[in-house]
Amino acid sequence: MSIPQLLVHDRKDNVGVVVVEGLTAGTEMLCVVTEDNSDFKLTAKADVPIGHKVAVDDLTEGDTIVKYGEDIGRMVAGVEKGGHVHVHNLKTKRW
Amino acid sequence: MAQSNQKIMAYRRENGRVGVRNHVVILPVDDISNAACEAVGNNIKGTMALPHSYGRLQFGEDLELHFRTMIGTGANPNVAAVVVIGIEPGWTQKIADGIAETGKPVAAYSIEQNGDLNTICAASRKAKEFVHWATELQREECDLSELWVSTKCGESDTTTGLSSCPTVGNMYDKLLPSGLYGCFGETSEITGAEHLCKARAANPEAGDKFMKLFQAYQDDVIEPFKTSDLSDSQPTKGNIEGGLTTIEEKALGNLEKIGRTSTYIDALEPAEAPAKGPGLYYMDTSSAAAECVTLMAAAGYVVHTFPTGQGNVVGNPIVPVIKITGNPRTVRTMSEHVDVDVTGVLRRDMTIDQAGDALIEMIRRTANGRNTAAEALGHREFVMTKLYRSA
Repeated sequence: MSIPQLLVHDRKDNVGVVVVEGLTAGTEMLCVVTEDNSDFKLTAKADVPIGHKVAVDDLTEGDTIVKYGEDIGRMVAGVEKGGHVHVHNLKTKRW
Repeated sequence: MAQSNQKIMAYRRENGRVGVRNHVVILPVDDISNAACEAVGNNIKGTMALPHSYGRLQFGEDLELHFRTMIGTGANPNVAAVVVIGIEPGWTQKIADGIAETGKPVAAYSIEQNGDLNTICAASRKAKEFVHWATELQREECDLSELWVSTKCGESDTTTGLSSCPTVGNMYDKLLPSGLYGCFGETSEITGAEHLCKARAANPEAGDKFMKLFQAYQDDVIEPFKTSDLSDSQPTKGNIEGGLTTIEEKALGNLEKIGRTSTYIDALEPAEAPAKGPGLYYMDTSSAAAECVTLMAAAGYVVHTFPTGQGNVVGNPIVPVIKITGNPRTVRTMSEHVDVDVTGVLRRDMTIDQAGDALIEMIRRTANGRNTAAEALGHREFVMTKLYRSA
């Protein structure tokens, strides 16, 4: 298998993690779901640094973000599929 | 692979415990005894002073934790012998007596009515004796499964939850059934995954105890002192740089360290020695690396496994800290800090099972005497946990 650009923990997740350096907008990413080794393609809509998250679905304000199959917070701004998800649009539900 | 049957060459201590280092420690009871301890450490090569910031006018639970940390550090099987120096003889002797219960050589010196110079002279002569004695001790064959191996991650990012934390989890899943003692903690970093952590208790008592410690931290520390949603501290700036966004996301990655099948048999106070036999323990600790590793070392753990994403460089004076990372940028920019490279997990050319085996092999080599990156680079962070202001 060629080297993936995006890893997704669980099939229920709506975000994945960029695992290569220097990912640029427009890249057609090979995405692998680590739970079952299934894969799919997704086009990055932004330059996203290694380790940062990319939306696997179109997301709107108020959506719950799921990673590891679990709730990790809520969107405070929308982002399209392939866009960057981080502190500018995702917040904790705690504290 | 018959991982659990592996042998190591290590130090069998007087109380039967297995140590992987052979330190002669010069231990200050309190902050004002640091200078004398450092002078002894400088006089006698092969000893190590452990200066710290506390030990005066503490009381109640906080004082108990101080004694537990001091005694536990001296009692750790990686320590061959201890010289204890304090300002006055009462607390100094109490700590020396606590360490002496292990059967190892301990000597106590106090400064009042002697002054620093006479104390340093007498303590240096004793420390020299201890060094001669300790350096003649021989490593002997022990089982890998006799080790006590703790874990805590630091400067985590999204790669730790994908690679280095599940590597530690895989190691625990393989070694705990053969008699290993394990330990994880980081109370604040379980926030968002506390329901999953509770569910991993081996019995209802352990789960209830964990939830009680977790809730006490929320009620007694977070609620009265928070000024915001903690988004600048949990996750840390380094975590955020690495792509972690929320505490829930960080907590789920953190919990990957206890693997798929491991369950914890008890929930411990900070620096409390496990007392329910072999298995995994939860410990109520800070998530700050040096504080957490110091508490686990004081509980008796002799090897620490430390997954990192962005590259936390922490070490410990008495316990080798093995660094594991899956982040290729961290390997590229600061490889001198990395003991186990699991970047192959992200490339999908290394499985978690293979990464776990690589970690077990590094634990074996470290136990046999290989210095870790943190040891070679001189990282000796010894940081006491303090619960509240002194009297």
